[in-house]
Amino acid sequence: MTSLERVLTTLGHKEPDRVPVFLLLTMHGAKTLGLSIKEYFSNPGHVAEGQLQMLRKFGHDCVYTFYYAAIETEAWGGEVIYRDDGPPNAGAPLISNVSGIRSLVPPRVAESRCLWKVLETTRQVKTEVGNSVPIIGVVMSPFSLPVMQLGFENYLEVIYNHPDLFNDLMAKNEVFCIEWANAQLQAGATAICYFDPVSSPSIIPSDLYHSTGFSVASRTLAQIKGPTATHFASGRCLPSVELLAKTGTAVLGVSALEDLGEVKRVLNGRLSILGNLNGLGMVDWTIAQTREKVREAIAKAAPGGGFILSDNHGEIPYQVKDETLMAIVESVKDFGTYPIVH
Amino acid sequence: MAATLKTLAVDFERALLLLDKQQATSLIAQAMTLGGVQEVIQQLIVQPLTHIGNRWQAGSVALSQVYMSGRICEGLIDDLLPQTTLARRAQPRMAIAVLNDSHALGKRIIYSSLRASGLELQDFGHGVTVDQLVQRTIAQAIDILFVSVLMYPSALSVKAVKQGLGGTRTKVMVGGAPFMLMPDLWRQVDADAFGVNAADALDFINKHTVTQGS
Ligand code: B12
Repeated sequence: MTSLERVLTTLGHKEPDRVPVFLLLTMHGAKTLGLSIKEYFSNPGHVAEGQLQMLRKFGHDCVYTFYYAAIETEAWGGEVIYRDDGPPNAGAPLISNVSGIRSLVPPRVAESRCLWKVLETTRQVKTEVGNSVPIIGVVMSPFSLPVMQLGFENYLEVIYNHPDLFNDLMAKNEVFCIEWANAQLQAGATAICYFDPVSSPSIIPSDLYHSTGFSVASRTLAQIKGPTATHFASGRCLPSVELLAKTGTAVLGVSALEDLGEVKRVLNGRLSILGNLNGLGMVDWTIAQTREKVREAIAKAAPGGGFILSDNHGEIPYQVKDETLMAIVESVKDFGTYPIVH
Repeated sequence: MAATLKTLAVDFERALLLLDKQQATSLIAQAMTLGGVQEVIQQLIVQPLTHIGNRWQAGSVALSQVYMSGRICEGLIDDLLPQTTLARRAQPRMAIAVLNDSHALGKRIIYSSLRASGLELQDFGHGVTVDQLVQRTIAQAIDILFVSVLMYPSALSVKAVKQGLGGTRTKVMVGGAPFMLMPDLWRQVDADAFGVNAADALDFINKHTVTQGS
């Protein structure tokens, strides 16, 4: 089976030849190419080359065209702060006063140099892998992007106390998110990972999710012209999972704080599971621990398909060693070949 | 059944989780007819906030509720303890900062909750570099320094802060997502303690205050 066949089979809740494994690596390509993280992300060719080299090196099942979350606020005019040993972060929020929401104007994807880089990377990897390996693009959800647009405190005030401003902001962010997701699909992405951690019950209670993040996701995902996976970036999902399953997403990224077996039971075949190795934990794992974690996750979630092994966050920290990543893929081959034997 | 501080505290916590500021204000007013200021603060504010913080860690309360209830209590306490410092508890010199990162919410929650518990502490801001943090901590003779981070590399920088503070008596308590997801990390970076919420910070303050006095 090719990686894409393996993934499609599992998403159809059938058992492929083995469990698919996504190493969601964003910065390791820079290490491999001997570049600083800033240099790496300055050129779409570097990111394409980095992704393809890692695909060959680790033999996992996807290409990940995600640069960093703040690339979206960069497109809205924000600043990005680079560092040598971790992901770039957003600088100061775009607006310091919530009334500034009224004058925010969503950028056009075609006119944005930073978003063009991601699209160009997508086109380049697509030329190389064709239909053999799924290419995973990323968007921030319209509901989670405001943390970087306004700062978290101001955003919580808007959610709770300024419904008009909230609706105005969601309308603008939805337009942007849909255009951005569809542009990536058109450039060759197979599916879009919709990062929505503010919707996680770790951040907002599930009744509030119903009137906010859930409605936003339902409207937005309906207009994205391809399959989507929803990721809470290591926030919990269980208290809101019933609603989440109705947003139209096909896959759910699960936190290391939750039990894969329980999530699988609750979802009961409605969504597939992506997760849930603790990415930060991997920094210190020995090979033996790595193998045990992989074995455990597979035993809990792989039977019957509907499962892709990956980390809990949607990005593996720069500090995680290549040996650990190799051991993850090797262990998947050892423990994740179907049928799974307990 | 006649209201006691205990029953009012239960209602107060419920009001906080519903973000019902009006109800919270009126419950405090009722409580003030039953006990002294410090007692009311302890039972109606500190204990419910502690409980809410613990429930967040356990996953049954959301962060937005922790934040909003801290904000409500901070406002109430400013009314209860006007002109601040005099009536606030005698205490060690304390400060809080976000190291390197520009994510101020975790710090804001701890800062609000500690102030809502009647304590006073300095806010050194966010995006503070190792050198800036060390210099300010030494210059202000801080006894307890709270450090919040969101990114893993920032958590690693705590080690340099501790090195810079070598020879001082400043105790450093760290908190934030990387420490929660890597239970040994706080020891690896030589912090004196790790806290999940404001209740942990309060415990640390109490412990340190006792040690200082003995
Ligand atoms: C919501 C979220 C997002 C949102 C908003 C983030 C933001 N604030 O800007 C979005 C989608 C934008 C996002 C993006 C990114 N994220 Co993010 N995100 C999260 C998530 C789910 C919650 C973070 C959060 O804001 N929580 C709310 C705050 C208030 O919680 P807190 O800081 O933990 O504070 C609580 C306690 O820890 C405590 N506390 C905090 N400080 C202190 C201090 C003391 C002394 C004490 C006692 C207690 C204490 O008090 C609070 C409650 O009581 C976490 C995962 C998680 N499980 O926590 C990842 C997480 C923070 N993200 C992470 C990363 C890497 C990123 C990105 C860099 C990804 C990328 N490559 O682009 C970007 C950066 C965004 C930016 N600003 O530039 C990592 C960071 C660790 C790491 N691997 O380096 C995390 C931990 C995920 C993970 N499991 O690895 N993210």
